[in-house]
Amino acid sequence: MAAGPLLEIRDLAVEFATPRGTVRAVREVSLEVRRGECLAIVGESGSGKSQLFLGSFGLLAARGTARGAVHFDGADLLGADPGPLCAARGTRLGLVFQDPMNALTPHLAIGRQLEEVVLDRGLLDGTAARQRSLEMLRAVRMPEPETRLRQYPHELSGGQRQRAAIAMALMTRPELLVADEPTTALDVTVQAQVIEVLREACDAGLALVLITHDLGVVAGIADRVAVMYAGRIVESAPVRELFAAAAHPYTAALLASVPRLDTPVTVRLADIDGQPPRPGEELPGCAFAPRCPAARELCRTTQPALRASGERSIACHAPLVDIGAPR
Amino acid sequence: MAGSTPASAMTDGGLWADAGRRLRGNRAALAAAGVIVLLVLAALLGPLVSPYAVDQVDWTLNPLASPPSFANGHWFGTDGNGRDLFVRVWSGTRVSLLVALLATAVSVVIGAAWGATAGYLGGRIDGWMMRVVDVLYALPYMFFVIILTVVFGRSLWLIFLAIGAVGWLTMARIVRGQALALRGREFVTAAVTLGLPAHRIIARHIVPNVLGTVIVYATLTVPQVILFESFLSFLGLGVQEPLTSLGRLVAEGALEMETAPWLLLAPSAVLALLLLALNFLGDGLRDALDPRQG
Amino acid sequence: MSERLLEVRGLTVRFPVRGAGLLGPRGWLVAVNGVDLDVAAGQAVGIVGESGCGKSTLARAILGLVTPQSGTITWRGRPVTRTDAAGLRQMRREVQVVFQDPVGSLDPRMTIGESVAEALVALGGPVAREEAWRRVAVTLEEVGLDAALASRYPHELSGGQCQRAAIARAIVARPKLLVCDEAVSALDVSVQAQIVNLLGDLRGRHGLSLLFISHNLAVVRHLCDEVVVLHFGQVVEQGPRDQVFAAPAHPYTRALLDAVPRPDPAPASR
Repeated sequence: MAAGPLLEIRDLAVEFATPRGTVRAVREVSLEVRRGECLAIVGESGSGKSQLFLGSFGLLAARGTARGAVHFDGADLLGADPGPLCAARGTRLGLVFQDPMNALTPHLAIGRQLEEVVLDRGLLDGTAARQRSLEMLRAVRMPEPETRLRQYPHELSGGQRQRAAIAMALMTRPELLVADEPTTALDVTVQAQVIEVLREACDAGLALVLITHDLGVVAGIADRVAVMYAGRIVESAPVRELFAAAAHPYTAALLASVPRLDTPVTVRLADIDGQPPRPGEELPGCAFAPRCPAARELCRTTQPALRASGERSIACHAPLVDIGAPR
Repeated sequence: MAGSTPASAMTDGGLWADAGRRLRGNRAALAAAGVIVLLVLAALLGPLVSPYAVDQVDWTLNPLASPPSFANGHWFGTDGNGRDLFVRVWSGTRVSLLVALLATAVSVVIGAAWGATAGYLGGRIDGWMMRVVDVLYALPYMFFVIILTVVFGRSLWLIFLAIGAVGWLTMARIVRGQALALRGREFVTAAVTLGLPAHRIIARHIVPNVLGTVIVYATLTVPQVILFESFLSFLGLGVQEPLTSLGRLVAEGALEMETAPWLLLAPSAVLALLLLALNFLGDGLRDALDPRQG
Repeated sequence: MSERLLEVRGLTVRFPVRGAGLLGPRGWLVAVNGVDLDVAAGQAVGIVGESGCGKSTLARAILGLVTPQSGTITWRGRPVTRTDAAGLRQMRREVQVVFQDPVGSLDPRMTIGESVAEALVALGGPVAREEAWRRVAVTLEEVGLDAALASRYPHELSGGQCQRAAIARAIVARPKLLVCDEAVSALDVSVQAQIVNLLGDLRGRHGLSLLFISHNLAVVRHLCDEVVVLHFGQVVEQGPRDQVFAAPAHPYTRALLDAVPRPDPAPASR
């Protein structure tokens, strides 16, 4: 097994051709996912967090193009040869999306859908496939797994459907699971259970990329966090360091604006002025500058580059915390 | 989620402007629209261009039915009575288009109003209103038309009535389905909480949002109406002399198919072209007005 | 003692299950089961619970959108039922709603200015054109939108802007109670904070009462004075905010509070 990162994205750019011009959803983003780690990608609508992975795995809409290099365990996914991408997708690489009803086919029983994943690829035969389905349903803590196999998606609750979708993604025992807002549509108690399931999978060696806007969820499961804004990564750090002392003003503002149960109630929440830039809106300097309380003249004219120091990286001219010199 | 374009707020002028832009990008639809415009112009101006009148018999020809020629000015030829086909074809096109547009307009207005009301009100009222539609649908239609013709004699207005009486049924069903779907949308619920009465909600919120579908199906109804009118004329129940329509011309031409093929070819070609263009345009409008695209 | 605006007693709402058999529905789903609720002038009451607990149905019953099976709703001392047109009209003028989906709650074929104006005219009676547009502009500014946006369509605006427009539509006729049905749940985190602040500001400025329905306990804690916890259509706990959050009496409330993830990667929680 190679020692390098499991997933390596280098200068990925995702663009959409629209009648009004090119919309750049992701702007030259580079990141790595190491084996067995849980990386959280935090961002709001329009940050490009979903398009980043849709673009990496060849799932963009018709008018979208992805440029850059994406390597999965050394194999080039975006190269001229579609082989490595097709081989990895669905086997070593699993994907879970926000709305489980989109992942599950309404007219097929759950068991059948789970088995299809391994049967189609010829990975397992009938009996083994059925056993693996049961194993996966148990792994996601699905109540009464044997009964669920025979049921249809509409007979399950939202939380159960999401667990089934996760089970489906785990059928091939992937090495990397990318989950895009998997708990957003769920009740808070069910959310806690689903996060627990994902964390157990992560502890067992699965590399997990969790795309979310919920900082509470991030705190509970992530090892590292990357924060995206307007198509770029603005900060990345190990989770404790990020929460303890966020370096980028956007991250700090985001953390401050979330109402919490464990702090005293204030008269107003610390909101951020203005709104995120529209996808495709081109700004000369830092995209956050119009809303940033610490913005300087330089911020408005020059795009800050992402610079790394040890485990942290920051793209800001006026970071709140000095992350140190590059090491 | 996978494969969706990011929300692009880079449009302005609202949904109609968006639709217009999409339509302009659709070459087939634009070409079809162009063809329709040309045909309409030809129908309006054609008879003026030709030296002959609609029912003028050209006694100089021997035989009376003569093939197309540039020399004598009968560009499409003449029929068995020596009448110029070019003028008759475009006059007939006028009538066909007029009938189609009026009948479609009637069926759209009645059908959309019926369907929007039934769909929005739902429940038992919807049930009864749509049962009426079902019953009318089940009537043997030709039987109905023949009885009307016998009772009221043959007239252009009768044709409107007959076609309109049937045309609105499909429109009602389609609009009712859309209205039913709209009823559950939150902006309709919001309108209810404003205390707006049902007729205002239907007029201000339901109808504008089904307009896209209505336009598409109206465009696709027009060719159906033309065909139906042609069918009636073919059976001898449609327009009567001195008026003529594409259907009548096709009927007459079919009779003379072996001896004077131009009598069939000219009106059939125009009819086919018109129907094709309308269908293409209707398709293009449907693609353009479908809010899920783009 | 401020006026008690809304008084709900023993409200029960049920829906037929699986369509109608020959002699009537084959079963009933009781969405709201004997709920008692009070909202006083200037008060913010939060209703929390998970999906299926009946909080949205409760809101709809209060708004007169569904007919309750039994129970009473009293608005400012006057009992309200769906058959009492005049009473319903009065209540509609004074109770307005903001829904969850910001874009979906606005008519896509109307500009937001037209949507707000429609509410103004429907609730406040006929108004001269000039005056109507002036009030629309004022209300848009009040919710933090540039008055120039009145000519835009919902799909041209962001989620946050649409929700502000929806709030403008709800407050333009100066209601006394604003029902917020998951009004911030579909918004981005930073926008959520803005809208929550906006609601708080409006409360302070106009003495507006709030009935805030949400599954997000932290937001409810921030915004509301009273909290009502619903579970399977029944009120399991009810009381002042601080009391319910600091010392929850019912095990379900405790379970809900425990399940909320803390944005704090302390070693103990991992």
